[in-house]
Amino acid sequence: MAPIVSVSNLVKTYASGFQALKDVSLEIEEGEILALLGPNGAGKTTLISIICGIVNPTSGEVKVGGYDVVRDFRETRSIIGLVPQELTTDQFETVWNTVSFSRGLHGKKPDPAHIEKVLKDLSLYDKKDNMLRELSGGMKRRVLIAKALSHEPRILFLDEPTAGVDVNLRKDMWQVVEKLRATGVTIILTTHYIEEAEEIADRVGVINGGKILLIEQKTDLMKKLGRKELRVDLQEPISTIPETLSGYELTIEDEGHSLIYDYNTASERTGITTLLTALAEAGIRLKDISTRQSSLEDIFVELVGARA
Amino acid sequence: MNLEAVKSIYFFEMARTRRTLLQSVVSPVISTSLYFIVFGAAVGSRIQEIDGVSYGAFITPGLIMLTLLTQCIGNGSFGIYFPKFTGTIYEILSSPVSMTEIVLGYVGAAATKGLMIGTIILGTAALFVDLHIAHPLVMILFFVLTAITFSLFGFIIGIWAKDFEQLNLIPMLVIPPLVFLGGSFYSIDMLPPFWQAVSHFNPVLYLISGFRWSFFEIADVNPAVSFSIIVVFLAVLMGLLTWIFRTGYRLRN
Repeated sequence: MAPIVSVSNLVKTYASGFQALKDVSLEIEEGEILALLGPNGAGKTTLISIICGIVNPTSGEVKVGGYDVVRDFRETRSIIGLVPQELTTDQFETVWNTVSFSRGLHGKKPDPAHIEKVLKDLSLYDKKDNMLRELSGGMKRRVLIAKALSHEPRILFLDEPTAGVDVNLRKDMWQVVEKLRATGVTIILTTHYIEEAEEIADRVGVINGGKILLIEQKTDLMKKLGRKELRVDLQEPISTIPETLSGYELTIEDEGHSLIYDYNTASERTGITTLLTALAEAGIRLKDISTRQSSLEDIFVELVGARA
Repeated sequence: MNLEAVKSIYFFEMARTRRTLLQSVVSPVISTSLYFIVFGAAVGSRIQEIDGVSYGAFITPGLIMLTLLTQCIGNGSFGIYFPKFTGTIYEILSSPVSMTEIVLGYVGAAATKGLMIGTIILGTAALFVDLHIAHPLVMILFFVLTAITFSLFGFIIGIWAKDFEQLNLIPMLVIPPLVFLGGSFYSIDMLPPFWQAVSHFNPVLYLISGFRWSFFEIADVNPAVSFSIIVVFLAVLMGLLTWIFRTGYRLRN
């Protein structure tokens, strides 16, 4: 199946000379949730802004639904919903009017039933006649999401959607995202909260310094780069690692009460069996054993750190 | 053509006018009434007729133009500057809306508001002075064309402006002297020859003169010339706008 978003050799150099994107290529499949991870200034927002039409590309090509975002902007923009990072709202408008305005801008005829549904899904319906300036930051964020959903988009961009958002809203938002995914909407979210990507994404892309460092299925990524840690709690503390165990990369923690063994889940031999045997032979008695999978955050720090 | 979008922008802007009814409609009416009381009744009663027209009636077209120009530039510039200032412009830029549709929505609303206020002022003037409009169709043509042209001018200022100071620079500092020295309150025949010549470089003179001709058939310059000047100015603005759209100047990075 043809990708719904296809970015080829995209370069963006701002008038100041700052190169925000350096030859970015990326394909997004219809119906998937893609999380773009990256530190501040990595190029996430520039990438989204070009796909949505807010920023002109310097060179390269972006296609959405098979159409070129510059030449066929009507086709591409009418199927995209964008939730921007900044809380930008018309302070003196009512919730209902501002959401209806967004629908009209996208060329759709008024549909109060749809607007009502969107507002109810985002727990905004009882605020529909309130002016935006009367709303809290979290509520404004909901309004921005409602605006993006007002015209029933096939692709939804969420640019750092949970920055400064409380637990309730985060929960509501993920529910909405789940519902949208069920109806086949493609979702691209940028974040620097790795738990979000871990929780919700199908694929994860890491972007830094204007380049996509990698883009993979989340599970593959965690498998591939995922290191595991074996923690062995000891009956009696030790002060040095016995000679016979020097072949293993072990570290002592908890004042000698624990031994930590790092291994890669992807390697053929993890070395766990031989390590445990060697521990028994060295006369070390075990109290408990636990393992911990490294999180996306560890992967991310490793990746960005290594290539920075 | 994305007509839904044009309608949305237009009514969104008109809703803002409704919300700010007091300052947008009542305040120009009050200030115009003050002009009539001071210049029309108090001072004007001591000024002789100009080309057979009472002074109060003579200044009416100029006063309407003064308000029309100020309002259209103000509304046209604010309409597009405000979303730039608050950041909500992202939505316009990421919508399937062409630049022509954006202009139709914003400039259409600014011109409508200007015309509404101009009409109210015309009505207010009729309460103070005896008004006859010799060529109503020509009057409407000048009225509408000026409203559109200056709303468009305002729109361009709104795109150009980087802050509120720049936004107000032209409406506050450039337009009032042009209008006051463009024959709003006098016929340029009353000026010494040197200043008469200088006045011909003032584009607003042509607007006021043409508009006044449609009322009283008296003019400082030939009405056909006045009409041509507005059309040329409109064409220049359209050219500028086309360039802005093509380059994304101060709208799209």
